[in-house]
Amino acid sequence: MGYKIIVLAKQVPDTRNVGKDAMTAEGTINRAALPAIFNPEDLNALEQALQIKDKYPDSTITMLTMGPGRAAEVLLEGMYRGADAGVLLTDRAFAGADTLATSYALSTAIKKIGEYDIIIGGRQAIDGDTAQVGPQVAEKLGLTQITYAEKIEKIEGKTIRVQRHIPGGIETVEGPLPIVITVNGSADPCRPRNAKRVMKFKYAQTPSQAAAEGGNAELIKTRPYLNIKEWTVADVDGDVKQCGLNGSPTKVKTIKNIVFAAKESKKFTAADADIESLMVELIENKIVG
Amino acid sequence: MNSVFIYCEIEEGQVADVSLELLTKGRQLADQLGVEVEAIVAGSNLAGIEKQVAPYGVDKLHVFDAPGLYPYTSLPHTSVVVNLFKEEKPQICLMGATVIGRDLGPRVSSALFSGLTADCTSLEIGDHEMKGVTYKNLLYQIRPAFGGNIVATIVNPENRPQMATVREGVMQKEIKDANYKCEVIKHDVKKYVADTDYVVKVIERHIEKAKNNLKGAPIVVAGGYGMGSKEGFDMLFELAKTINAEVGASRAAIDAGFCDHDRQIGQTGVTVRPKLYIACGISGQIQHIAGMKESSMIISINSDPDAPINTIADYVITGTVEEVVPKLIKYYKKNK
Repeated sequence: MGYKIIVLAKQVPDTRNVGKDAMTAEGTINRAALPAIFNPEDLNALEQALQIKDKYPDSTITMLTMGPGRAAEVLLEGMYRGADAGVLLTDRAFAGADTLATSYALSTAIKKIGEYDIIIGGRQAIDGDTAQVGPQVAEKLGLTQITYAEKIEKIEGKTIRVQRHIPGGIETVEGPLPIVITVNGSADPCRPRNAKRVMKFKYAQTPSQAAAEGGNAELIKTRPYLNIKEWTVADVDGDVKQCGLNGSPTKVKTIKNIVFAAKESKKFTAADADIESLMVELIENKIVG
Repeated sequence: MNSVFIYCEIEEGQVADVSLELLTKGRQLADQLGVEVEAIVAGSNLAGIEKQVAPYGVDKLHVFDAPGLYPYTSLPHTSVVVNLFKEEKPQICLMGATVIGRDLGPRVSSALFSGLTADCTSLEIGDHEMKGVTYKNLLYQIRPAFGGNIVATIVNPENRPQMATVREGVMQKEIKDANYKCEVIKHDVKKYVADTDYVVKVIERHIEKAKNNLKGAPIVVAGGYGMGSKEGFDMLFELAKTINAEVGASRAAIDAGFCDHDRQIGQTGVTVRPKLYIACGISGQIQHIAGMKESSMIISINSDPDAPINTIADYVITGTVEEVVPKLIKYYKKNK
């Protein structure tokens, strides 16, 4: 008895650790200055998938991501932590996608994967914070969804029971499989890499990586589990008009590096006399007290 | 046709504050466009609900009242909104950037193939040129992006409705007319929602009243990553207790685990407008400033004299929080 699980993951620039060199002088983003990481809430989602597999060991976990070739890193990371396989959706036609075009592309790949009971991903990615892709994928596949999930309480047959994180509390809901679930950052953190799995998968590559100079093509021929699938828009029968910039109803009109109107500020040091004079001023003006 | 629509959230018979705030914003946008404001409420036992929304300037209220519509679940509410929009063809739809709005909005936008922008901090009307075509009177959906380091203006030139979500507290609610004339349309829910939509069952709900009153506090003491630890925040709680303030935090501090999520101030947290905001060890990313810039007075305590937040501060104290905060407590007690 097992479940077929697809984990949606995204490689994102680490916007939480933005240094001073992260913006160019023109006010655009210097992506090279930001490390690329596994989107944090997607790791929470992976953990929920792994917990299902702990309980139902016949379950399979397939990682799915969309991005440039380098994004295969998150697939491999997922495999090191317990996922069985990975699919990289990569094509120039996908570039510039807003959430709707992203969801369309992911939904075509999910249809190609074919069998699934649970599609699970992070609530949102830290580079956009939109929380839109999960529900949009669900809509495109005609499935229902449970967002803001904190814990999968149980699965029995074709029913899943989930605790959701809602304002000021917890809501427990039950829904039918197949289903799309998005996981909140307050859920269990993801377990670390498993050393045996690192040994097993460390030579895993996509066909493009394997074919490149120094790639592992020969090894992968004898060990098919090391093949990370790589699909283009044609592989998933995607409609190019619905992909990338073409398929994105939202357009970025302008991007600004905002400069706030500077105020004439009064300067103080940490010296006792400074702090006391400031506090006396605040009290006299009835700002505090 | 062409109206500005607001999806109103209901919790225990009350329309959510964020929805009322959006009614006010929607009214302003509609006045600028010369169109009507229409609102949607979906829930159960909604008799008299129009009294809560009409005063904000709602011309038409669409009521969907059926037992399965409360508490909220995804598919029935999606069907209500999607099927109503197919008939009404709104040009703009606003929703709260809440657990409900962020569950519902994307589904609706996917079903209608319309663009949706999350967590907007400002909404304006303006023109847009693209490939030699001028699009008049589009909704400018303005939001910090990329972890809050830049501000982007998003438009949806060709698809309708133009959809946006906005966090609670970002807009301000304002009664337009206590006796505003609002047409109430009670819809037959069965015509909009299929029985098969009621697939998710809410088994249990535990909701506690908010533990803090950040949104309404007259003084906010907020800590950033510069506080260094959870223990560092203890000092801020002590200062807050002394001067009768509420404690808030920047996203960086919360991501680092220094403070609870419900105290986050900024674009993806709470927006505050206190009479005094004391920023402790906060550098001042745009997404944070978006949530506090309308404070009447801002004090910044930072060891970095060039911290971006200092530019919008009325008082800048250059020093470590460990040194300055205890002194604030000491000299408040001495002089009050």
